[in-house]
Order: sequence, then structure tokens, then C-alpha cells
Amino acid sequence: MNSFTPNEMMTIAAARALSNEDVCFVGIGAPSAACNVARLTHAPGITLIYESGTIGTAPDVLPLSIGDGELCETALTTVSVPEMFRYWLQGGRITTGFLGAAQIDRFGNINTTVIGPYDKPKVRLPGGGGAPEIATSSQQIFITMKQSTRGMVEKIDFYTSFGHGDGGDHRARLGIATKGPVLLVTDLAVWRPDPETKEFTVVSLHPGVTRANVQETCGWKVAYAADVEETPPPTELELTTLRDLNERTARAHAAGKGS
Amino acid sequence: MARFMPLADAVADNLRNGDTTAFEGFTHLIPNAAAHEAIRQGFTDLTLIRMTPDSLYDQMIGMGMAKKVVFSYAGNPGVGLLRRMRDAIENQWPRAIETEEHSHAAMANAYEAGAAGLPCAVFRGYRGAQLAQVNPNIRQVACPFTGETLAAVPSIRPDVTFIHAQKASRRGDVLVEGIIGVQKEAVLAARRAVVTVEEVVDDFAGVHPNACVLPHWTISAIAVVPGGAHPSYAHGYYARDNAAYLEWDKISADRDLFAAWMKTNVLDAGPDAFAQRVADL
Repeated sequence: MNSFTPNEMMTIAAARALSNEDVCFVGIGAPSAACNVARLTHAPGITLIYESGTIGTAPDVLPLSIGDGELCETALTTVSVPEMFRYWLQGGRITTGFLGAAQIDRFGNINTTVIGPYDKPKVRLPGGGGAPEIATSSQQIFITMKQSTRGMVEKIDFYTSFGHGDGGDHRARLGIATKGPVLLVTDLAVWRPDPETKEFTVVSLHPGVTRANVQETCGWKVAYAADVEETPPPTELELTTLRDLNERTARAHAAGKGS
Repeated sequence: MARFMPLADAVADNLRNGDTTAFEGFTHLIPNAAAHEAIRQGFTDLTLIRMTPDSLYDQMIGMGMAKKVVFSYAGNPGVGLLRRMRDAIENQWPRAIETEEHSHAAMANAYEAGAAGLPCAVFRGYRGAQLAQVNPNIRQVACPFTGETLAAVPSIRPDVTFIHAQKASRRGDVLVEGIIGVQKEAVLAARRAVVTVEEVVDDFAGVHPNACVLPHWTISAIAVVPGGAHPSYAHGYYARDNAAYLEWDKISADRDLFAAWMKTNVLDAGPDAFAQRVADL
């Protein structure tokens, strides 16, 4: 077995959670890498959808943006953005929405809007984009992000995309019928919500990772499942697929001219 | 009725100080040449509407042209933050701007409602989202049939919309291909529409019957500007200049560097510069 980085483990562990039957609404960055590794390994039949309107896309390199030409050229069909959000997302046709996050809390609520107060932000982040409705209209949500005490916080500064709110049946009380966050994959661990409280709970530690590592990089007190497993290390195929994809991507993105 | 004219005239005839305007394009076909012309002509107090403001509105905001920005994702796609827009919001430089922030679903619905001549858009959205608490234009309505609580936002009705497209016919019909975003809705929602195109063809014979075509009578002015979407791309013509977006992150990080870049590449340049910028893409 080759050695691998925590980032590679994160992407590969996230990829494994996707199946051939999934219709996946793909966020840019780490989610996009995981979705395409799944497509190139165990889930060749997966339907990948990007919010630019591309349905059933199969990019050879990872797009830099959600609307790169590669996505349209390899898609089954490309629809308008209003149609994407109305018929395909709001219509309930997405099985899994796959999101990244700047800030997250233990209930899978996501902030990508501001650090500090909304009216006087310390840092103005890009905002929600498609995420607020992806979070509530997809049948379920996967989240992937690197662990840090800045990113995984006791209280997020802004509720951009609703996860499980204050936990328990908070989604149902707001009239949200979908499952919400069911999986969080970080560079250190795999987390799933507790069935009752909905607090994210570590179910699997990546190889070589200790509980102390997880706690040091998380702003809330980490809860663990009764049986915490070790995440199986990347296989040769998974690792080669991811590295080849990243290499092709880096080559393609460096090829532009600049101004 | 679409009239062909030089870009400078198309912008001067259709944009006014204080207008509500949309320069649309969802990653693809972003009307950068038209925006640069608007910057050269120095319009002020604009309300800028766009789902994904990106480097184009970063430039207009940095030049002090915006009074208000209506948006749903203020990022440099795949790269990071919009540093000129941040400077305006966080430090009021070069002037304070108002913001009205939505989700993509809300803005896509609002453009569609604008195109449909409706006063508002209704959709299942913003549930649990805090934007609904900070933006008074996000409200709730009850479905009169089922009682379900739905989100409502005002429709978008720009004074003028700018888009870039691949082709115009000699008659002035416009063909948009690839990732079509909200361009059709943004044009139909607006009082006036200005289109820059890669080229003019005799007609659209042979084009698929379901292609995205805007009839000439929905458009005010057309200017032929090859490369006019750079650094975004035009499907079938040239690729996205990802390196330029990465470079923008550095240029926009510094006020002086930004000003110098704008002088060289926008103020002292013209629409003809765009063709050369995409020559090797």
C-alpha cells in the first residue's frame, strides 16, 4: 500500500459513500473531486449534476468553476438555471446533495456567508449560491471539509444552509421533509448524525488518526459512536484514480493565458 | 427591434446613471466587453443585479459605479472571494454599497417571474435559512390550495440587461448555446437588452428547433465583439481562461495594483482588444 495524505483519504472516503443509483448535486471543490472519483471507480453509472444546468456530466478533469465548458461538453443534457432549480432540485429528483462548508456546527448547519455580524462582517464570504435549497430539497446531504477549530465551531456566525438546526426534529418542525445531513467526511474521520439528537458522531477514524487529533481540530466536544471503526485505507485503484485526476486537472488549469 | 452598432454606441444608448442593470452569464458567456465599455463611459449609482457577480462586478464596484448589488454568490468561482466587493462592504471603499442577498434558487425564480411578467416568484425555499431574516424582500405566502408555506421574492425587472452570445443572424436574432444560465430570462425580464456576439451569420438554418434563440424584436442593440466574454468562455469558440481568474485574486487584493490594471486593460483599451485575448484559448 502506498502512503497517502489526509486530504486523499478524505476524498476517497467521501467517494465511497456514493452509489451507481445516486443522482448527485455536486458542490465545487472537495465534493466535486469525491463525486468524480466515485464515478471513475465503483459508481460509473452515477448521475452528476452541477448547478450550471449540466445533467449527467462526466468531466475528464475537475472543473475550476461549476460552469466550465468541460461539464457541458460531457453532459447528457444542459438545461437553464431556472429549470435546474425548479424541476430538478425543487422537484425532488436529487438523491444526494454534496456540499462543502466554511463553517459548520455539530448539527450540520453550514455558514458560507459571513464571519462576524451580517451587517458589519469581519470577513464577507461568497454566500449561499445554490446551497440553501440544495440543503432542504435534496433527499439527503453529504458534507465534506477539512477539520479545523475555525471551521468546526460551537456556534456558526450565520445559518446559510440549514442542517438539523438545534437537533432532534427541528427540520420537521420547519416543514422540511428531507433527511438533511446524513454524512460528514473530514480529513480525519467519518461522522454520522446520532439517530435521536442528530448531533454528528464519529463512526470511523482514518488510519493513524487518534481521538486527540479529532478533538484538537474541532471546536465542539466530539461525540463517538459505541463502536468506532477504522476507515479502510485507500486501495491502489482509488489512489491512482484520484492522483491521475488531480494531475490532469492541474495541467488543464495551468494552460490558460492569464490577462 | 435589434439594431447593429458599435459597442460604445450600444452601451451609451441603453445605459443611464442610476439604472437597475443585469450583466448576466452563469460562468459561461459573461459579457465582460460590455461591462468594460460601461466602465470606460463612467456610469454611476447603478444597481447591479447578477446571480454570480464574479470579477466583472468586482471591477465595476472597485471603480465606484455601484450603489447597490443584488446577488446570490459573490465569489470568484473556483478561486475564492471577491476582494473589491469585500473592500466596499467591509471598508466602504471606494464607496459604501447596499447589498440585497438571495440564494440561486430565489434569483433564478425571480428572473423567470420577471420574464413571465409576474410581480413575484413563489418557490419552496429559504427554509431555516437566515437570509430570510436579514433580507426584507424574502417573504412567505401560503398556498391557497394546500396551505403549504412557500417563499416569495419580487420579480427581477432590470432597466437594461447585457448578455454575450455566440451568434446573431443578419436580421438580429440571437443564438445562445451551451450553458445558457439565466440569459433568456434576463433579456425577457428587462425593458432593454444589449447583446454582444462572437459573429454574425446569414441565418440560423440547420439550428436545432429547440435551440435557445432570442428573436430580434426582444433585443435593443447588438454589437459584434469577438472574444467579448473573456476571461469566461464561449462554447464552440474559446475556452475559459482559468489562469486569468486565478490572477484576478492577486490583482484585486491590492487597491493600487487594481487601479493600474484597470487603467491598462480597461480604460486605455477598447473592445477590439478582446479578440487577441482569446486567440490562443
